[in-house]
Amino acid sequence: MVISDGNDGREKPLLPSENGLLSRPLEWKLSQVFGECAAGEEVQEVDIISAIEFDKSGEHLATGDRGGRLVLFERTDGRDLRSRKELEKMETSMVLRHPEYRYKTEFQSHEPEFDYLKSLEIEEKINKIRWCESTNNALFLLSTNDKTIKLWKVSERKVKKVLEMNVDSSFHFSNGNTLGQFEAHGPVGSLSNGSTSDWIGSSTVGTFMPPSNGIPSLHLPVVSSNEFTHVAKCRRIYTHAHDYHINSISNNSDGETFISSDDLRINLWNMEVSDQSFNIVDIKPANMEDLREVITSAEFHPTHCNILAYSSSKGTIRLVDMRQSALCDRHTKLFEEPEAPKSFFTEIIASISDLKFSRDGCYMVSRDYMTVKLWDLNMGSAPVATFKVHEYLRPKLCDLYEKDAIFDKFECSLSGDGSRVATGSYSNLFRVFGTQVGSEEATTLEASRTPNRRAGHPLQNSGRNLIGFGRRTGGKGSDVDMNGGYSFSSKLLHLAWHPSANLIACAASNSLYMYYA
Amino acid sequence: MDLTIIKLYDQEDEQKIMSVVDEPLYPIAILIDELKNDDIQLRLNSIRRLSTIARALGEERTRKELIPFLSENNDDDDEVLLAMAEELGGFILYVGGIDYAHVLLPPLETLCTVEETVVREKAVESLCKIGTQMRQNALVEWFIPLIKRLGAGEWFTARVSACGLFHIAYPSAPDHLRAELRAVYKQLCHDDMPMVRRSAASNLGKFAATVEPAYLKTEIMSFFIHLTKDVQDSVRILAVEGCAALGRLLEPQDCVANIVNVIIEFAQDKSWRVRYMVANQLYDLCEAVGPEPTREELVAAYVRLLRDNEAEVRTAAAGKVTNFCKIVSLPLAVHSILPCVKELASDSSQHVRSALASVIMGMAPILGKEATIEQLLPIFLALLKDEFPDVRLNIISKLDQVNQVIGIDLLSQSLLPAIVELAEDKHWRVRLAIIEYIPLLASQLGVAFFDEKLGALCMQWLGDQVFSIREAAANNLKRLAEEFGPEWARQHIVNQVLEKINNGHYLYRMTILNAISLLAPVMGADVTKEIMLPVVINAAKDRVPNIKFNVAKVLQSLIPVVDSDVVDKIIRPCLGELSEDPDVDVRYFAAQALQSCDQNMST
Repeated sequence: MVISDGNDGREKPLLPSENGLLSRPLEWKLSQVFGECAAGEEVQEVDIISAIEFDKSGEHLATGDRGGRLVLFERTDGRDLRSRKELEKMETSMVLRHPEYRYKTEFQSHEPEFDYLKSLEIEEKINKIRWCESTNNALFLLSTNDKTIKLWKVSERKVKKVLEMNVDSSFHFSNGNTLGQFEAHGPVGSLSNGSTSDWIGSSTVGTFMPPSNGIPSLHLPVVSSNEFTHVAKCRRIYTHAHDYHINSISNNSDGETFISSDDLRINLWNMEVSDQSFNIVDIKPANMEDLREVITSAEFHPTHCNILAYSSSKGTIRLVDMRQSALCDRHTKLFEEPEAPKSFFTEIIASISDLKFSRDGCYMVSRDYMTVKLWDLNMGSAPVATFKVHEYLRPKLCDLYEKDAIFDKFECSLSGDGSRVATGSYSNLFRVFGTQVGSEEATTLEASRTPNRRAGHPLQNSGRNLIGFGRRTGGKGSDVDMNGGYSFSSKLLHLAWHPSANLIACAASNSLYMYYA
Repeated sequence: MDLTIIKLYDQEDEQKIMSVVDEPLYPIAILIDELKNDDIQLRLNSIRRLSTIARALGEERTRKELIPFLSENNDDDDEVLLAMAEELGGFILYVGGIDYAHVLLPPLETLCTVEETVVREKAVESLCKIGTQMRQNALVEWFIPLIKRLGAGEWFTARVSACGLFHIAYPSAPDHLRAELRAVYKQLCHDDMPMVRRSAASNLGKFAATVEPAYLKTEIMSFFIHLTKDVQDSVRILAVEGCAALGRLLEPQDCVANIVNVIIEFAQDKSWRVRYMVANQLYDLCEAVGPEPTREELVAAYVRLLRDNEAEVRTAAAGKVTNFCKIVSLPLAVHSILPCVKELASDSSQHVRSALASVIMGMAPILGKEATIEQLLPIFLALLKDEFPDVRLNIISKLDQVNQVIGIDLLSQSLLPAIVELAEDKHWRVRLAIIEYIPLLASQLGVAFFDEKLGALCMQWLGDQVFSIREAAANNLKRLAEEFGPEWARQHIVNQVLEKINNGHYLYRMTILNAISLLAPVMGADVTKEIMLPVVINAAKDRVPNIKFNVAKVLQSLIPVVDSDVVDKIIRPCLGELSEDPDVDVRYFAAQALQSCDQNMST
């Protein structure tokens, strides 16, 4: 077995909760809203949020959108002069207030491109964001669209203004001109061509003997800086390694590598090397006719640098141990639901759209179209728990299929302590389930200013195995119901749980809603 | 030059010179200003000329103004920072000598914390360079506090850099500071961040070399053992390198007691990357620990690596098989390593077989004639029939090593089909590779064998579809002519080559012209004049201009080969005709050739 130390002697934040101290269902309140549309304002396609990610400390939040932009938010509350570590300790021990964020900066990460060789347009849409270790007060993050991964450094920089120079700026020619000018006056005509520095080099070697106290008339430029600004700089571009669309990136606990996965392959990169990557998983069959499944998501284990998991369109999760072999086409462990009754749609809805490890690395959650599943890394035969997200849609799968909604990729996110999982649904609704044994928690919230608008709904608080939240609407086949039904067009795909606090950030179209409990 | 002016005017009235001085200083003034230019190239320029600026400012102002100015300037582009880190390493001269070396530490300290690895490494390198020149008391006063600051830095970048500085300061430190430094290093080995532990692992050898033997055996070894048990593969990989470094420092018996066990454990590590490192370095490790333990324990470890289930590991191990056999006793090699070699010869991975093929011939001299014939020959033969051309090529390339031991006859039967197959491989790079080896083969196989079997092949390549092959074929003919002598070449090469000048395609005719110009110097004046020159002259009447101007070029190359009256009577008239050709290129090259005719006459 790969994971041997999964449960030994650690505190168990996840199930089962032997002491019977079940946490009560959380009451969610609106914390903040960013980018809400004014009434009557039309949502621009490029503004629709396509990725959300908190950094490890929860101090920062990044969102990416279809227009290829990254927007960064920073935490404003509880900022004091204590070191980062102390702050973190404090947060986990006692959450004083819920985190609040403010807009920090934004920048264009990806631009639309055109692949001339393959006659393919490459969208600028941000598919995934991952935070890296920060250094020197600079933030680092990886962002990817369908083909290209970029490493960004966002730092605070002083706006520098040069106040004083040796040479009056009005008299300051470009380099070449200066030289020409000077040559004309130069006492010796032995100047080589080229720039000022060439010239100095040749002239100073050997003969340069300034007075020992230097030349007093020369001085260094005087620089003033009083303003600060955020500068985003692209440090590396990792590209030309994927034939298919990149669906996920994930950085390793060793701090030096990350993986990127597309439909058929997973590549391993070193952060510092952008011109080569190693293919570690390749499920492309020799004949594409034989293609039975594709990779939908891949993620590194949070602490074991050698373990990664990837999910497939058939609903399976494979665990790979990179220690065993350079090519990891053979999995170490397979996580699979026991055979379910088959229908035309079962295969489609079994496809896993998102896969996350719990923070301690003992569990995984996966999201498929209808459910969220919780897996114990030590048990591959079946999920520990299955949470039905929107069971009321089951009779409507045919409609959903026709509208292509059945291929929507919902994300899921575990809370920092692993005791709850959140995931999105239609009508801008999202659900929060308790993962502990015996927990009945199954809350439905709406990404709006009044998240609990639907609290009075009869199907609302009736436990995890009940049929969800939606009300069957009278209008047959209509997917939009102005009276509080569900809308397939307003889907909540992306959300993220704060790493230590009970705070969920979720994206409804172009708006970012944050809720705390 | 400008500064000579300064000297010149130095003694004169100051009033008079100011206007003159300012003007020569102008470029330096610009250079200084450009430290803050918006254009990165100009900033880079200025940083590269930092020594010029320093000299213009003088030592004192360099210390008091330039260095602090640079310390502030740490948010520039990586290229600029890298250049700065490099320049500062040689800056002691400009700040007033060794006594002031410590003023250079602050800017380098900030550079040690930037996120770009190459900049940090350069800064550490420069710090080491300065540190080795600093006086002992200055090291204690300035350098050691710097190490401690970096070692306790909030960001991992500082701590990563710290690891590379200990070996500079440790020997100069008094006892209490030494203890402190060791404690800091221990902390770094236990750091939360794998990046820091990696840096601690890779610098441990250097640091250990400066530590007193007593502490080496206790403290340093405990750091090392800790690193070898790291959960992160990437840290253990670097710890492997430490084995050899530490092994050399320890007494033989300690080495056997401590290091050998670690190596053996590493050779069975769960991670193939660690085993790969062991396979790559086992030979160095064996050298470090000496032949005695090698024989007993490490051979077993090596054999396991040869049978590893990861192909990358086997490839690395297979590539070391000859070297390894050299340091173990013959019976042991035959008994334990040779069976593995046999297995590897039919390994499922072509890379493993290829790595084996590239070294296995070297085993012949080690094993001696009998064992080679008995044990190795079947392997050679099997590898010569390998389905991958790389494997066969690797065998053929080292043929001379076997030839010395057992002679070529035993191999020749298998050799020929292998060569023929490679010669006709559909990948031109493979064909090219085998052509390169033909002269070697010729020298090993002898004239008779060559004439019989390979001569036709060499001619065939002249008509290859790929230019590089035809070019290499022409060159090959020249080398063969050198190997077997002009007489042989006249009989076996020249006529066959010249016949091909009648090829219908001009590109093939061009190859022949090329071959002629290569062969001529080897064949000598007579053969050139009698046999080859007429063919070239004839080709001057070709209908394709490319051939004609190549004729001009060939004739030019023949001028030094043949007698001067041949030049006058045959070559010059022909070139004269070409120089009136309607084609401009033909005229050009003919004129060139005529010019060298003239030069040849005058000398």
